Amino acid sequence: MTYLVEMKGIEKHFPGVHALKSVQFDLMPGEVHALMGENGAGKSTLMKIMSGIYARDGGEMRVDGTTVYLDGPRAAQDLGIGIIHQELSLMNDLTAAQNVLIGREPRLRFGRLDEAELNRQTTEIFDALKLNIDPRASVGSLTIARQQLIEIAKALSYRPRVLIMDEPTAALNDAEIAELFAVIARLRADGVGIVYISHKMDEIKRIADRVTVMRDGAYIDTLDVAETPLSTIITLMVGREVTQSTPEIPDTSQAPVALQVRGLTRGRDVRNVSFALRRGEILGFAGLMGAGRTEVARIIFGADPRDAGEIDVGGAPVDIRTPNDAVRVGIGYLSEDRKHFGLATDMTVRANIAMASLERFTGSTGVLDEAAMKRVAQDHIAQLGIRTPSDMQAVRLLSGGNQQKVVMAKWLLRDCDILIFDEPTRGIDVGAKAEIYRLLQDLAAQGRAIIVISSELPEVMRLSHRIAVMCEGRLTGILPGGPATTQEQIMELATRRDTALAPAGD
Amino acid sequence: MTTTTTTTHAPKSAVSRIVAAGTHQRVLAFTSLIILLIGFSLASPNFMQTSNMIAILQATSVNGVLAVAVTLVIITGGIDLSIGTMMTFCAVITGVVLTYAGLPLLLGVIAAIATGAGCGLASGTFVAKMKIPPFIATLGMMLILKGLSLVISGTRPIYFNDTPGFSEISRGSLIGKVLPLLPIPNGVLILFIVAGLAAYILGRTVLGRYCYALGSNEEAVRLSGVNTDRWKIAIYAMSGSIVGVAGLLIASRLNSAQPALGLGYELEAIAAVVIGGTSLSGGRGTILGSLIGALIMAVLTNGLRVLSVAQEWQTVVTGAIIILAVYADMMRRKRSS
Repeated sequence: MTYLVEMKGIEKHFPGVHALKSVQFDLMPGEVHALMGENGAGKSTLMKIMSGIYARDGGEMRVDGTTVYLDGPRAAQDLGIGIIHQELSLMNDLTAAQNVLIGREPRLRFGRLDEAELNRQTTEIFDALKLNIDPRASVGSLTIARQQLIEIAKALSYRPRVLIMDEPTAALNDAEIAELFAVIARLRADGVGIVYISHKMDEIKRIADRVTVMRDGAYIDTLDVAETPLSTIITLMVGREVTQSTPEIPDTSQAPVALQVRGLTRGRDVRNVSFALRRGEILGFAGLMGAGRTEVARIIFGADPRDAGEIDVGGAPVDIRTPNDAVRVGIGYLSEDRKHFGLATDMTVRANIAMASLERFTGSTGVLDEAAMKRVAQDHIAQLGIRTPSDMQAVRLLSGGNQQKVVMAKWLLRDCDILIFDEPTRGIDVGAKAEIYRLLQDLAAQGRAIIVISSELPEVMRLSHRIAVMCEGRLTGILPGGPATTQEQIMELATRRDTALAPAGD
Repeated sequence: MTTTTTTTHAPKSAVSRIVAAGTHQRVLAFTSLIILLIGFSLASPNFMQTSNMIAILQATSVNGVLAVAVTLVIITGGIDLSIGTMMTFCAVITGVVLTYAGLPLLLGVIAAIATGAGCGLASGTFVAKMKIPPFIATLGMMLILKGLSLVISGTRPIYFNDTPGFSEISRGSLIGKVLPLLPIPNGVLILFIVAGLAAYILGRTVLGRYCYALGSNEEAVRLSGVNTDRWKIAIYAMSGSIVGVAGLLIASRLNSAQPALGLGYELEAIAAVVIGGTSLSGGRGTILGSLIGALIMAVLTNGLRVLSVAQEWQTVVTGAIIILAVYADMMRRKRSS
């Protein structure tokens, strides 16, 4: 057997989600094996199993032909399997060197640290990667790109035989990507097997030998990259559903403008973003990770301050400084992280639905009118089809899709005419997704203005009446919705980097 | 190859390094301390006397050692509410060893430190292995130890009259024997030795490194393959052994183990740590800061007493100082981010 790693029939369940359904994957020494699929396809879960962070529920994993059970990240490290996580996992208060060699600090006697040796070893590692980073710099003070490079240096310092990279270029610029690819080429020449997760098609063509495609937690196919056109890979990733259902796009060009944004700017995250949203319209926001879409939404909602820019609601300028201001003028924001920002998960469905409108249920004595809250909650449960045994069920016991509906009910009750949905179907099963889509379309049909931020292109294409695309904080274009727009057009705008120094905004 | 990188990062000057290291709060605390000293000196000629300065240092010693101990735990992002009653428990155990059992002095010292380490080990296990939030785990520990002290001593103080050398631990003066003009009590000397050791542990040892790492991003440390549970327990145990030293100091100063004493000391120590710029959310903090924080509290108490301000008001002022200190730190961080 020439396989470095071989995984077969891998199963993984999370509460309410069948995350991996009999997935297979193999890796040979000296190859770059791309792993592709939409968000939520199960790529990261599979790689967390390979690197010992999750335990598998079923299936077999072999390393060098021997079946292994990994009981933690340490066990994977000992087998030479390293991973660079998608989210940065660094200790911001520590220096670069302290981060790179965490857990393997050079020691003197009595547990004392050899700081000079620590910095020396790290300098060596950085030099080998041609990184110009001070090993003594505090990580929190560095840019995201440099932090990403430190993360990569840390993984490489284990001298892994298998290296998993989960979207390593999300925060890197072209020059840094070129450096990273040079490192990958050297590793490949040394016989290291590399698993490369990325959404960027051009990268796959540049460095990958083989590609495995996953969809909805299932294995689809493994192909030779050189012999496979990109369109085939995309078709496999997306499946057939997108091509079938194209949205009916109502003509909203005469509808009154609900929200107008001009020159919205916040540091480097959001640069001079302007757009208009009409009543009855669904405006999709597409872009890669870190493009600034959530940041735009948070500024409009008053959750983050802005450096510059104006916001009009219903044709009149408004001064939004806090979420409270935004809600007052009828803007609701449904966060991508429901559990942290959208719901009090230990409280009941009724309490959550009423949460943003409590004054409506408060009498002059300050006592809450439970009977009225119950009526309203039950109305919304019926209206949105929330599947719950009663309005007194704790929200944490509902499935992801039904939790999302509870958040929607909360904002509907608040009479928000402008609703911003950030990743509305993240972590939701396919069936429930279709229901959420239908609800969004109904809301638009009722005359509400809707923004949908999504990292899943098929979702944006299926829902949006118009598609706004962002790249590195800039709005690089607004495309019409429907079959006229292709994924390639969107990707082109989403990767249109600001190579010239001139601020190409609109 | 190495030369290219090192030349691009010319070593920073000592001054810029201190500023860059985010020691602003410590500088602020130190400046406040100096201003307090000058202010009280101007207000009363009795304040800046050698004897009064020594009294301030002596008053700092117990709270200072406790502050040093809890600094370690707070940097990991935890908290230890049991250090006050743990200190008393250690003193009581020392009483058992020296007075009840009549064993030699050295064994009493070892017993105090070992008892503290054992208590820390227990707290650490509750936090790391049983996943009980530190606030709750150490709240439970605080009551357990308070109760045990009363049970073991039969609610009566244990006196150390049979062990003549014991009170020397805190009240004698080794320095005074060499330099008669500077009769700094041993308690103060011990505080500085303990602080120096703890600062060394934090800055130069693996244990210290993991204090900061755990407080900064525990999950990242765990994913790096570090046995975070074991280190957390070790840190609580180390902190506990320092509390044992505080137990010796207070017992020696009172020449007795007072089983009802202890409650409230933990909050004073945490206040000193906070004034010294250690972040309660973990990841940041220094021993020097906590030491300065403890000194500020002692100077305030002493100075206000010299100015004949009622003790009730001293407490009010201390509370206000804590809020001001943390607010200043929050403002600074908001600006820098």
